[in-house]
Amino acid sequence: MKITQKAEIIPGTVGEGLAQRGVTRREFLQYCSTLAALLALPPAMAGAMAEAISKARRQSVIWLSFQECTGCTESITRSHSPTLENLIFDLISLDYHHTLQAASGEAAEQARMQAMKDNDGKYLLIVDGSIPLGNPGYSCIAGISNLDMLVETAKGAAAIVAVGTCAAFGGLPMADPNPTGAVSVGDIIKDKPIINVPGCPPIPVVMTGVLAHFLTFGGLPEMDALGRPKSFYGETIHDRCYRRPFYDQGKFAQSFDDEAARKGWCLFKLGCKGPVTYNACATTKWNDGTSFPIQSGHGCIGCSEPNFWDAGSFYQALSMPVTATPSMLAGAAAVGAAAGVAITWHNRSTKAAAKAVHEKVTVQDLTREVK
Amino acid sequence: MTHLDLLTFARGSALNWALIIFVIGIVLRLFEIFGLSRKADLATPRTHSPGSGWRTMLARSIPPPGMLKRDPVTYIGGYVFHLGLLFAIFFFAPHIEFFRSMTGLHWPNLPTALVDASVVAAMVALGMLLAHRLNNPVKRMLSGFGDYLAWTVTLLPLLTGYMAYHHLLFEYTLMLSLHLFSVELLLVVLPFSKLFHTFSVFISRWYNGDIFGRKGVAS
Amino acid sequence: MSATLAKGINSFKEVIDAPIASFFSSCVHCGLCAEACLFYTETGDAEYTPIHKLEPLRRVWQQEYTLLGKLGKMLGLSKPVTDAELAAWEPLVYDSCTLCGRCAMVCPVGNDMTYMIRKMREGMAASGHAPEDLVGATMRSITIGSPMGIKWPAVLAQIKHVQAETGITVPVDSPGAEYLVLMSSMEIINFPEYLSALSRIFKQAGVTWTLAQDAFEATNSGIQIGASDLAREIVSRIVVAAERLQVKCVISPECGHAFTALRWEGPNLMGRPFGFEVKHILEVLDELHAAGKIKTKGQDARPLTYHDPCQIARRGGVVEQPRRLLNAVAVDFREMPDAGVMNWCCGGGGGVSANSRAEPLRLEVFKHKKAQIEAVEVQTLITACANCRIVMEEGLEHYHMKVEVVGLTELVAQYLVEDKTT
Ligand code: SF4
Ligand code: SF4
Ligand code: SF4
Ligand code: SF4
Repeated sequence: MKITQKAEIIPGTVGEGLAQRGVTRREFLQYCSTLAALLALPPAMAGAMAEAISKARRQSVIWLSFQECTGCTESITRSHSPTLENLIFDLISLDYHHTLQAASGEAAEQARMQAMKDNDGKYLLIVDGSIPLGNPGYSCIAGISNLDMLVETAKGAAAIVAVGTCAAFGGLPMADPNPTGAVSVGDIIKDKPIINVPGCPPIPVVMTGVLAHFLTFGGLPEMDALGRPKSFYGETIHDRCYRRPFYDQGKFAQSFDDEAARKGWCLFKLGCKGPVTYNACATTKWNDGTSFPIQSGHGCIGCSEPNFWDAGSFYQALSMPVTATPSMLAGAAAVGAAAGVAITWHNRSTKAAAKAVHEKVTVQDLTREVK
Repeated sequence: MTHLDLLTFARGSALNWALIIFVIGIVLRLFEIFGLSRKADLATPRTHSPGSGWRTMLARSIPPPGMLKRDPVTYIGGYVFHLGLLFAIFFFAPHIEFFRSMTGLHWPNLPTALVDASVVAAMVALGMLLAHRLNNPVKRMLSGFGDYLAWTVTLLPLLTGYMAYHHLLFEYTLMLSLHLFSVELLLVVLPFSKLFHTFSVFISRWYNGDIFGRKGVAS
Repeated sequence: MSATLAKGINSFKEVIDAPIASFFSSCVHCGLCAEACLFYTETGDAEYTPIHKLEPLRRVWQQEYTLLGKLGKMLGLSKPVTDAELAAWEPLVYDSCTLCGRCAMVCPVGNDMTYMIRKMREGMAASGHAPEDLVGATMRSITIGSPMGIKWPAVLAQIKHVQAETGITVPVDSPGAEYLVLMSSMEIINFPEYLSALSRIFKQAGVTWTLAQDAFEATNSGIQIGASDLAREIVSRIVVAAERLQVKCVISPECGHAFTALRWEGPNLMGRPFGFEVKHILEVLDELHAAGKIKTKGQDARPLTYHDPCQIARRGGVVEQPRRLLNAVAVDFREMPDAGVMNWCCGGGGGVSANSRAEPLRLEVFKHKKAQIEAVEVQTLITACANCRIVMEEGLEHYHMKVEVVGLTELVAQYLVEDKTT
């Protein structure tokens, strides 16, 4: 444990946590300015932010995991070195997380109850995974159904962060035909501020950013219509994509290994959903800013959008029909032909009837009877 | 329903039904026309040129002598509009992907900026043609609900497509859905309106060329 | 028996075929056909837009032969075509359309309005909405044998006159002749020069020809009024005579619509192809000239121009022949603007000249021909249709223009090299 800078360290605060992990003040300031930038705050805010966060008590957090794949937790806990990503754990006091905590069974539930009691009205509830409404037995923890646990824990929460597309929008469990009757947090809890941090998984730094904002300002950042922080989800992948010039020039890869793909041309034709996906991948990137899916040659699958799973094949261009097929058109043509035969028959009988009543016109027929 | 759900619906069921109605309508209308048949012409043709119908199919795209001067707005507006529309429909990369998925056929696309320009040109031409329709006594007399309907459902896909691409009015996903809905409206209306000329023009031109051709006149 | 609305609508239903259905389906209401029709260009009256003249027929097509129309009819949403409507359309269908076919050359979607108006007239006639004068002409054609009421003795008188003048015998009812020559009433009454020119040309060419006592009249009012049943009766006289005399070819005179009636409509009216050819006199002259059977000497020095009769050029395909002949006999042949297949109608075709009610309109729209003639600054106007000739002479007189109208056959005869010894 190395302490590299003399600073007043108040026990129980974020500052203490940082110091214990060997994060220098310089490093922390740098993180804060990055966060400020990501949150679209003026650069000058970084110092104030660092100050506020250092002095803040580590935020009590209860983390509930429902119908999920642990991908979100994985995403957030992956890195071990002190990076922006795992800064998260310095900001919070994780009082309950059944995947990460050592305690189990009764003891674990005890911890949750304790945290709820100690920080009533102040703790932050983080949820990953969707909630099955079909049969409580589909997913429960310590014999408590997801629904009951969510409702119970939400009561005393200051705010809820729905992490990942499952918690935010139902995600994969809700995909057609939604066998468990999965719903999102927002579908159940209506009386608490909820911030959605969708993504499958979500970008870790977005979580950090949201927490930093909460600690600095004591509230939630500005959100879009789907409850996503605007600073991260304000623009589409497409609008920030470095391959965009190719899209505009009409240069596209036709397959994953053709010459065009090697040249880094646009992946639209390979199914990229970047144009309709609001997320920060193209700017923040993944794995400590190393790369993001499009950069490594795969189109965006639209994971931060509600029901992305049911929005057609990941490998079909956005402009392709979701379900229409050539044989469907052929079937329609056959129906059209059948209807055409019917109408032709009708037309011909109309015409034949007209011919049948035709009386040979004589010169006398050219004038009308004078009445 | 979120915007992506709307888009999925627009690309899914809505598109399926629109395509089904479109295809049924087109086939039905073709039967309607050909089913009425015509009597064989017993007069000996002056020239045995089976190609005259096909020739007129193409040749009629060019204004006959003197006509361009008589009504330049209709001709120039008509050209710009039709070419702009053609470029936009058939040479915008995403659209080609649509055709590929439905027919297996594909062809090279144009740069997006060029398609964008042709859409603007087509919309301007449509505007000019509407103004002309309202001002020219002949056109005004001939025009009715059907003509204005045809004009509107043709403009909408151009307009919504343009707005989606340029992020105007609504966010992209919603605008893209509206673009698809407007295309679907067009698909449903086309077979049963004046817009059916998209297909029947080849038939009527063929007959015209054949009627004249038998008499020895290239029309 | 008399004309009724029901018969008219019935006729509409009978005549609508695939081309008409495609034409109505295709029309985009662009209005360009109006710009091609002299009744619109000269009056500026939008009513004269070609496609508009067909509105009642279009409504019957829409209501009877389209899915939406049928549904509308079933639900009682469509207004049926009424007698009043047809009455209102009568002047549009008869007085302001010469069946010239110009609109059909121009419509961007390829609609042939002429084809349709010809067919629409079937229903107009059957419903009693044909102009009185055309009814009279048709009546005379059927009962007397000629729309102007001319009988054989009048022709005979002209034959005698020609024989006296030329010293050439005009053959009548001579079996096995190569050509059966027909005349139009106009020629019999107004232009005896035609028969005399023909006699001389044929004598010189050494071909055999004949007139037929029971089939001298080439015109067909049945077609102008739009009564195929009557047109068939009129045309069958010629067919019967041609077959009786076993001629190889029937020559349509300098009359546009007579050519259309016999050449294009004839076999279809009769329901069978003819065993003989039908040619316009200009085609025959051109062939004889090309074959060296007739020669011309000397050339007309006057500046002159040629009016293409619609039914002979645009609707008949005889375009190059008159030009070859003219270039042989004239030094200063000038083409009018839009000459050839895009020529403007004289304003009197398609029965318009026989319809006295249409006269003021016909004279008004003659302005276009006037302008065309003025553009080439000639005093001599050649044509190959007796009807055009009469109509243009009237128009020229109306506008006080000093222009002489001459038939092309006569002009050729004038420069014919005649071998007096044979
Ligand atoms: S790769 Fe995807 S996000 Fe990037 S420009 Fe192409 S379509 Fe847009
Ligand atoms: S690029 Fe698209 S699919 Fe991939 S993680 Fe980002 S938002 Fe999700
Ligand atoms: S055929 Fe001639 S006169 Fe008749 S509508 Fe057409 S252009 Fe006018
Ligand atoms: S020119 Fe043809 S398409 Fe245009 S209004 Fe006339 S008939 Fe219709």
